[in-house]
Amino acid sequence: MNIQLMDRVATDQKIKLAIADCDIHPAPKSVPVEIYPYLSKRWQDYMETYGIIYRQGFPTGPAFPKGQPNAARRDAYPPGGGKPGSDLDFMRSQHLDANNVQLGILNPLSCGQGVQNQDFSAVYCNAVNHWQIAEWTSKESRLKASLMVPYEDPSASVKEIDLWGGDSNFAQILLLSRTAEPLGQRKYWPIFEAACRANLPVAVHAFGYGGAPVTGGGWPSFYIEEMVGHAENTQSLLTSMVFEGVFERFPTLKLILVEAGFAWLPALSWRLDKLWNRMRAEIPHVTRPPSELIRQHVWLTTQPMEEPEPREHLLDTIEWIGWEKLLFATDYPHWDFDEPSRALPIRVGKEQKEAFFLKNALELYNLN
Amino acid sequence: MSPSIMTKGAIDCDIHPSVPNIEALLPYFNDHWRDTISQRGVHDLQTIAYPKNAPLTARPDWRPKLGMPAADANTISTQALDTFQTSIAICNCLYGVQLLMSEDLAAAFASAVNDWMIAELLNKDPRLRASIVIPTQNSEMAVAEIERVASDPRFVSILMLVMDEKPLGRRSYWPIYAAAQRHNMPICVHAGSAYKHPVTSVGWPSYYAEDYASQAPAFHNMVSSFICEGVFSEYPDLKVVLAESGFSWLPAHLWRLTKFWRGLRAEIPWVDRTPTEIARDHIRLTLQPVDAPPTSEQLERLMDHMGSDEMIIFSTDYPHWQFDGVDVIPDGISKELATKIMVENPKNTYPRLQ
Repeated sequence: MNIQLMDRVATDQKIKLAIADCDIHPAPKSVPVEIYPYLSKRWQDYMETYGIIYRQGFPTGPAFPKGQPNAARRDAYPPGGGKPGSDLDFMRSQHLDANNVQLGILNPLSCGQGVQNQDFSAVYCNAVNHWQIAEWTSKESRLKASLMVPYEDPSASVKEIDLWGGDSNFAQILLLSRTAEPLGQRKYWPIFEAACRANLPVAVHAFGYGGAPVTGGGWPSFYIEEMVGHAENTQSLLTSMVFEGVFERFPTLKLILVEAGFAWLPALSWRLDKLWNRMRAEIPHVTRPPSELIRQHVWLTTQPMEEPEPREHLLDTIEWIGWEKLLFATDYPHWDFDEPSRALPIRVGKEQKEAFFLKNALELYNLN
Repeated sequence: MSPSIMTKGAIDCDIHPSVPNIEALLPYFNDHWRDTISQRGVHDLQTIAYPKNAPLTARPDWRPKLGMPAADANTISTQALDTFQTSIAICNCLYGVQLLMSEDLAAAFASAVNDWMIAELLNKDPRLRASIVIPTQNSEMAVAEIERVASDPRFVSILMLVMDEKPLGRRSYWPIYAAAQRHNMPICVHAGSAYKHPVTSVGWPSYYAEDYASQAPAFHNMVSSFICEGVFSEYPDLKVVLAESGFSWLPAHLWRLTKFWRGLRAEIPWVDRTPTEIARDHIRLTLQPVDAPPTSEQLERLMDHMGSDEMIIFSTDYPHWQFDGVDVIPDGISKELATKIMVENPKNTYPRLQ
């Protein structure tokens, strides 16, 4: 592989490569206008009376104030008003067309998942599934929806998956990373079983409120710690899935870890391999080395991409993970957006670059 | 590894003496606590961080037929020091003092463990040193315990667990760090939990293997906490030793933390240089366990990613089962680096060893 730092100006002048963006966040222009049509009167009234209650104390904002309002790019507010990510035309001009996005995966956040009232969580997820088709995928063929499930209620989740299974509007099943229990635990197995039946990957996006502190040692003070901590959170859920034997029980399961970084994966795999060797008597249901299971079953989106000095160190890390396992993502319209032309500031081979930016995603989602 | 890479006079920065049983501590409590322990039936403070018979807890050849491993000075001297030709070894006693709910009981236990270590370990082998066990439940009491024993130069650091009630950078712990800096001691943050919270951010796991795996993410969180809270801006001479943490995760964590610092530094304006630079100056990590890549060539690349040859300090993690024989230095570490890890880096980390 030919490795050298790219000249930034030269990069920007090139014709833009077609990309897949595996993490785009759409938002309703207005919940009453866009979501209520899919909620019964009973649940509209409930929403008006109680709002959405998470395992978090503030009803009108996050536990940690974000770095930017709505965690959004300052320039991502649609000129016609509304939240960033709520206007398809503006998303087209600012992102899809401008960055030559051939495939965009929608990951709606704060859209019914991790809600304390389980019945409300289920109907809200269902409403958001209808909304994604009506407002997004039916109008823009480059976009694919995520099948929202109320994951703390696995039987309701299975119902939702079975309802939409085979609908090509959906590319994956979406969960948030901060579940109430470690994600490999058997409570969640029916969701994995249904995902395999529907032939859909399970994507786990960083964030949510599961009730436990962000660290095993309590609550930190700062938003930056919560943000950085999504990587640790994701490592814990992956550890659970490996040591609970989920990948052996569901051999066709595909897991996508979204917005949690990726450079931590090799060190985690080495640690789990070592522990597996030492503790096999405790976890006899894990019959293969964790690193093998991870390599076979796990993909990761790239944003926010780690930025070592020197940048070449990242090439070692990607080699250790496997070029075929990374899915490019920008996180549009959030503030920590990774600009496609600058996200990989290292010269790599054409084949690797195409895999990284597009082909891995097309293959994983069976969209070739 | 070839044994020739070992240097005589290595300083082992992480060994674990076991309190043989609670009776061994009774001479070091006052009458009130002695009565409390007997009348209430206070149990031994072994913890689920190291289940007694779990393979990791004691290497087979270091596991006694009866009782706890590494429970007396003679055993430790023979197995841990003579074997590796160690000149000095630092005892990090993992008795579950930090897990207690009562601050008063914890303070009494911390004093008892420290006095037991003086009498049964430090006084019996001149090569032994120790970290001060403190009641982290209450910083004032913790500082009082540090002041009580710090005049003994054989205490060379202060022990905390990686998972306590609050992330370790939080301001309520700062009196402990002020005392550490005042007495020329690093803080030793060791694997383990006070179990006041689930060990993962997604709740309690099913298996011990997960509990042990989750120590590494907890260390990542605490590196973030120490740096983001500004501990090293306030205490510029302070070093933090991460013990039994693994180290192969550090570069990736610092890449991520530094990237977010670039975007969010307005939130933590006292952090006035990159987390990577701060870590290189203030964070040290013990050698074992080595969560090493499968090839020595990859380990060489990883050591390059570390960006410093001063951060890793020698440890065997005795009696925990991390390696076999004397195979303590992994392939891929040069003779020159091994010498730094075994002698120079520990000396530069612990001012009281100079």
